[in-house]
Amino acid sequence: MQVEKFNYDNQIVKQFMIASVVFAIVGMLVGLIIAVQLYVPELNFGIQYLTFGRIRPLHTNAVIFAFVGNIIFAGVYYSLQRVCKARMWNDKLSQFHFWGWQLIILAAAITLPLGITTSKEYAELEWPIDLMIAVVWLSFGANLFGTILKRREKHIYVAVWFYIATFVTITVLHVVNSIELPVSLFKSYSVYAGVQDALVQWWYGHNAVAFFLTTPYLGLMYYFLPKAANRPVYSYRLSILHFWALIFLYIWAGPHHLLYSALPDWAQSLGTVFSIMLIAPSWGGMLNGLLTLRGAWDRVRDNPILKFMVVAVTAYGMATFEGPMLSLKSVNAISHFTDWTIAHVHIGALGWNGMLSFGILYWMVPKMWGTELYSKKLANSHFWISTLGIVFYAVPMYWAGIAQSLMWKQFTPLGVLQYPNFLETTLQIIPMYIIRSIGGLLYFVGMFMLVYNLIKTAKAGKFIKNEEAEAAPYEKDSDKLKRGMIHRWLEKRPVKFALLALVVVLIGGLVEIVPTFLIKSNIPTIAAVKAYSPLELQGRDIYIREGCVSCHSQLVRPFRSETERYGEYSKAGEYVYDHPFLWGSKRTGPDLAREGNKYPNVWHYLHMEDPRQMSPGSIMPRFPWLLTQTLDISTTPAKINAMRSLGVPYEIGYENFANQDLQKQADVITQDLIKNGIPAEPDKDIIALIAYLQQLGTDIKVNQATIK
Amino acid sequence: MSVIVVLIGASLLVATGFLIAYLWAVKHGQYDDKYTPSVRILFEEEKKSENRNQKSEINSKE
Repeated sequence: MQVEKFNYDNQIVKQFMIASVVFAIVGMLVGLIIAVQLYVPELNFGIQYLTFGRIRPLHTNAVIFAFVGNIIFAGVYYSLQRVCKARMWNDKLSQFHFWGWQLIILAAAITLPLGITTSKEYAELEWPIDLMIAVVWLSFGANLFGTILKRREKHIYVAVWFYIATFVTITVLHVVNSIELPVSLFKSYSVYAGVQDALVQWWYGHNAVAFFLTTPYLGLMYYFLPKAANRPVYSYRLSILHFWALIFLYIWAGPHHLLYSALPDWAQSLGTVFSIMLIAPSWGGMLNGLLTLRGAWDRVRDNPILKFMVVAVTAYGMATFEGPMLSLKSVNAISHFTDWTIAHVHIGALGWNGMLSFGILYWMVPKMWGTELYSKKLANSHFWISTLGIVFYAVPMYWAGIAQSLMWKQFTPLGVLQYPNFLETTLQIIPMYIIRSIGGLLYFVGMFMLVYNLIKTAKAGKFIKNEEAEAAPYEKDSDKLKRGMIHRWLEKRPVKFALLALVVVLIGGLVEIVPTFLIKSNIPTIAAVKAYSPLELQGRDIYIREGCVSCHSQLVRPFRSETERYGEYSKAGEYVYDHPFLWGSKRTGPDLAREGNKYPNVWHYLHMEDPRQMSPGSIMPRFPWLLTQTLDISTTPAKINAMRSLGVPYEIGYENFANQDLQKQADVITQDLIKNGIPAEPDKDIIALIAYLQQLGTDIKVNQATIK
Repeated sequence: MSVIVVLIGASLLVATGFLIAYLWAVKHGQYDDKYTPSVRILFEEEKKSENRNQKSEINSKE
């Protein structure tokens, strides 16, 4: 048989690699800043674009989609070519993918600090960027399948399956969760409301973790770990088994983010059950990775790359054990809304994603520059400082989460809350926040060791732009679907394989979402719940713009400790007009679901000007610009129209009078403020925000009053 | 709202079909060759310049 000569494209791998390292530093720097802001609230320097609420999504997006995203693409482009024995399908498409992705990151870096956000976690980017993501992502998919189709190696290696599952599922997730109705170029409303929006969002959110932070990384693990150890993977059969099990189970677990919420109970239980089952395939992957090193642990001692990979896989094992535990209702009752969640995701992000990325970088750079790693010693130091960083990050966060949660729930013997003032529980954990930021700093410092080491390595070698390779051509065979050959048959047919994976993934999503989406009776309507007034609607959009949802939930769970503190627990029917939902996932500050009428208008005014005027010691940033910026009411008619299209019962033609109503309501609030000695003006942002906050949760209170 | 019944029914049908196909595949010994692919990826670079490989071996012994 004639052997074909061809070459691998290393250039595209290099580009993605450099982008990944650059954005890792940016993303971690922003993370460090927001970590410090939690105990030095003035660290936004009075600049509205740098408040916690606005740059927290910048941190998560930079780390997930810029750092991790780019290294996934680097690793995929490197390993895919080699296991397929083929150059990437189309070099121009590779370049389009690269530059398109960086453009999206740039757009995110500009829009998020500007407050242009949908507020849906890890899907904050507005609709024009969502469209860009879809196009660029599809270009990646085309390149992926194009390369698989022209491969010279019949067998599709296990890593490639993981890449296929990643592409297929992320496509579906992104499309479904990003269905939104544009109001203007940079503003849109989710088509889903309240509970349905929450379910779609966390179906997306959970599976973004599953199919962006997990499956591609498992694929990378199955290529780079055996290569770095120079040993075959422990069990190839196990890799097949746990792959199928993982993609089948993961898609159902999303509702575990909504335990004790207004989501129907059966959906919550479904999420929990599948989360528990997920231990099996997750640990299958973890053990397969670790056992690959059986009998070769001496190499781990000598090789910093393997050290990174071992800690990464161990962190994966810990996080995937912890995840199912957190999905148990009794554990979730304590952990949810606290820093425990933050600790959990950082075991995954810093441990699993970060450490595996570093291992891969240390492995790929010497290969692609045809040399040896500049300094093993420095890589070892990097390993230890980042491992230490993870410990110093995670332990205080676990401590903080549990301590604060127990304080929230503590009653005195007389049956009243022992810590009725939320702020008291925050101040208790400030020392933990300080230690956490030191952990983050250690990890951050390690990045510079990596950069120096890799630059030195590259300088010592010569970049191999096109790496020569040769392989026998792919012999097209026509084996029919025979008994006992199904998986074999599938492995050779990537498109059919992808379709099958898509079906598997879709089933999970559909069965869960379709019922709550379609059955109206799942959400008992409450007659007292009214659509937002135009001023409240504008105020709600300011709440979204400022990222209040980053720190304040709007969901009272049915626990006595919560109903005592906040008021009546939340009902699904209260959220029917919430496009998007704003339940939040973290209580750095108190829940706001029943905030309305708790404090006078003047309290909110002064609190926004400087939270420490009203709550000494508060860690909330100041929002003085709300007091001076003029509310843009030109958008009101468009917003009313959009909401009406989504089913909110504004009368036809109301958009023409909405601004009159808005001004009337603003005047009432302003008069009240003036009466209390505040020289307020009715056309400012703050008036709308106060109107929104004062309305929160009051529909139900009114209702109860009338019943009594 | 009967669309739900249709959707759930169809979904479960596909899910069941997939499950059967999967069980059938396992039962009929799909995973005959569960070793070669794992080893093959380790040998892909053999064709590259012999000099470099030797050099790296020397280096790694240091």
